Amino acid sequence: MTKFLRRTYMGLILFFLYVPVLLLVVFSFNASKSRGVWGGFTLQWYVDLFKDRAILAALRNTLVIGLLAAAISTLVGAVGAIGLYQLRRGWRQGLMGLVNLPMLNSEIVTGVSLMLLYTAMNLELGFLTLVLSHVAFCIPYVVLSVLPKLRQLDPHLPEAAQDLGATPTQAFFKVILPDIMPGIFSGFLLALTMSIDDFVISFFTTGMGVQNLSITVYTMAKRGISPKINALSTIIFVVVLGLLAAVNLPDLRRKNAKASRPPV
Amino acid sequence: MSEHLIELKDLTMVFEDGYTALDGINLSLNRNEFLTLLGPSGCGKTTTLRLVGGFAAPTSGDVLYMGKSIVHLPPYKRNINTVFQRYALFPHMNVAQNIAFGPDLRRQDKRETARQVADMLALVGLRGFEKRAVASLSGGQQQRVAIARALINKPAVLLLDEPLGALDLKLRKEMQVELKRIQVESGITFLYVTHDQEEALTMSDTVVVMRGGQVQQVGTPQDIYNEPVNAFVADFIGESNILAGTMIADRRAFFLGHPFECVDSGFGEDAPVDVVLRPEDVKLKSVDAPIPGAPRGVVISTLFKGVHYEMRVSVGADELLVHSTHAREPGTPVQITVAPSDIQIMRKSDMSPDAPARAEEAALPISDERM
Repeated sequence: MTKFLRRTYMGLILFFLYVPVLLLVVFSFNASKSRGVWGGFTLQWYVDLFKDRAILAALRNTLVIGLLAAAISTLVGAVGAIGLYQLRRGWRQGLMGLVNLPMLNSEIVTGVSLMLLYTAMNLELGFLTLVLSHVAFCIPYVVLSVLPKLRQLDPHLPEAAQDLGATPTQAFFKVILPDIMPGIFSGFLLALTMSIDDFVISFFTTGMGVQNLSITVYTMAKRGISPKINALSTIIFVVVLGLLAAVNLPDLRRKNAKASRPPV
Repeated sequence: MSEHLIELKDLTMVFEDGYTALDGINLSLNRNEFLTLLGPSGCGKTTTLRLVGGFAAPTSGDVLYMGKSIVHLPPYKRNINTVFQRYALFPHMNVAQNIAFGPDLRRQDKRETARQVADMLALVGLRGFEKRAVASLSGGQQQRVAIARALINKPAVLLLDEPLGALDLKLRKEMQVELKRIQVESGITFLYVTHDQEEALTMSDTVVVMRGGQVQQVGTPQDIYNEPVNAFVADFIGESNILAGTMIADRRAFFLGHPFECVDSGFGEDAPVDVVLRPEDVKLKSVDAPIPGAPRGVVISTLFKGVHYEMRVSVGADELLVHSTHAREPGTPVQITVAPSDIQIMRKSDMSPDAPARAEEAALPISDERM
């Protein structure tokens, strides 16, 4: 009985979490334009989607901004994490709080304040400001995925490398960097995901008709819901899901491998 | 060229928080020597090792290598390698890559390196382990890889920081023999740090007993065991009876309420001293045939310890620990004899049985080896 209750409870949670998305996916293949009726399977909306110039431009923007922002924030965030790691405990904890705050901060506040900053600096809102904003909100995620890897590091590793003849620079590139690389990589993927996913901050910090996918979806939705939006949203969902899986799978696999290895 | 390979001169280390880890250490290490720094947690042995390795700079004093100061050289410019307590193997490299780390940095020919790696693996008893992942090795195997990784660089000195601490008892005993064999075969000077007196006595040519950042005694394992210079050394090295006594005259000591003949002299007349008796040197005799001048006591307890029996014997106000292969029932009256050469006389120290409370020892954190 308790087992049944437990399963029903879990089932309900998953139902409410995933039914909206499932509905979206199903309707993206619906031949009928109506939102209540199933009119048969079709890929028409996906074909239309890739014929739509505005959407293709938005897709290109999203990818270029995403990759740029992810690359820059990964570099800045990883270097920052290494710096944080070497600080004394008190300083580190204080600074970590400051780094984490933007993640919890309301996106609309971040978006508006960035917009104000760019205006104050006389920066024209557009592609550049969009990239800068994305870099800004991605950095904490990179720091957060690199720092645990540094903490797992045996503190004697850099000493061991130097002991064997490596200069501090060689020790970093030959021993530290390869070891924290998984964290840096998952930080990059996480930043990419966040960038592709973002709407609110992008909405406030773009201009001159530069649109990413989420803004395009929003403007399309204002003009009336087209089934193309379902198709586009489905694609975004699948891509983000894939990226998150890529971030988390290596960790999961490592845990399983550890659990199944006989104790030594 | 100096006769000593490494010399430590007045090494002092005071940490930022004012803690004095080393208080004027003077030591010399000779070629091919197996020298062990032995002492309890916080005695400064690991700090000494780190100063020789170049991982820290002393507050004052000097480290000499063949007569030349190396105190300002970074670790990567010293011809010294270290085996770390937790091995510190590089997790993203396999066994061969770990061992080849030093040669690869020097851009040594790859084939030459591969041959040396194979030789090193043979030396540490891990033939054919080249391609294994580091994480798949047991603690003892990782230990051996760490030794191979250091030895392939043919260091002038190998530093070992409690390398057997993480191994279980049986493996530790095996590795003691192995380490000694590796040291003899490779002909490399070992500077070894441990808090385990048995480890120190088993492997070392020279043992340095340290306490509170100072050297207490330097000597061969036999010297340290048989002739400890003070009560701290006697107490730290094996089980011992430390009794308050008096030197009546040269070669005559008074303790356990009786005068004893001994072999020590030069303490002056009626000087208060500490007397060390090793448990296996105290002989118990039956009271049936009275021995003149022998103190009498009563057996309090008897425990079987495998090779010997461990007995507690009360003699007046004192209590003696006695090891013997011959068991005596608790309550048995006995006479006590000790051969003159088995009586070790030491000057009084703050570890003496009648010294005031050992405040310093109690204040030291138990597991906090500094740095």
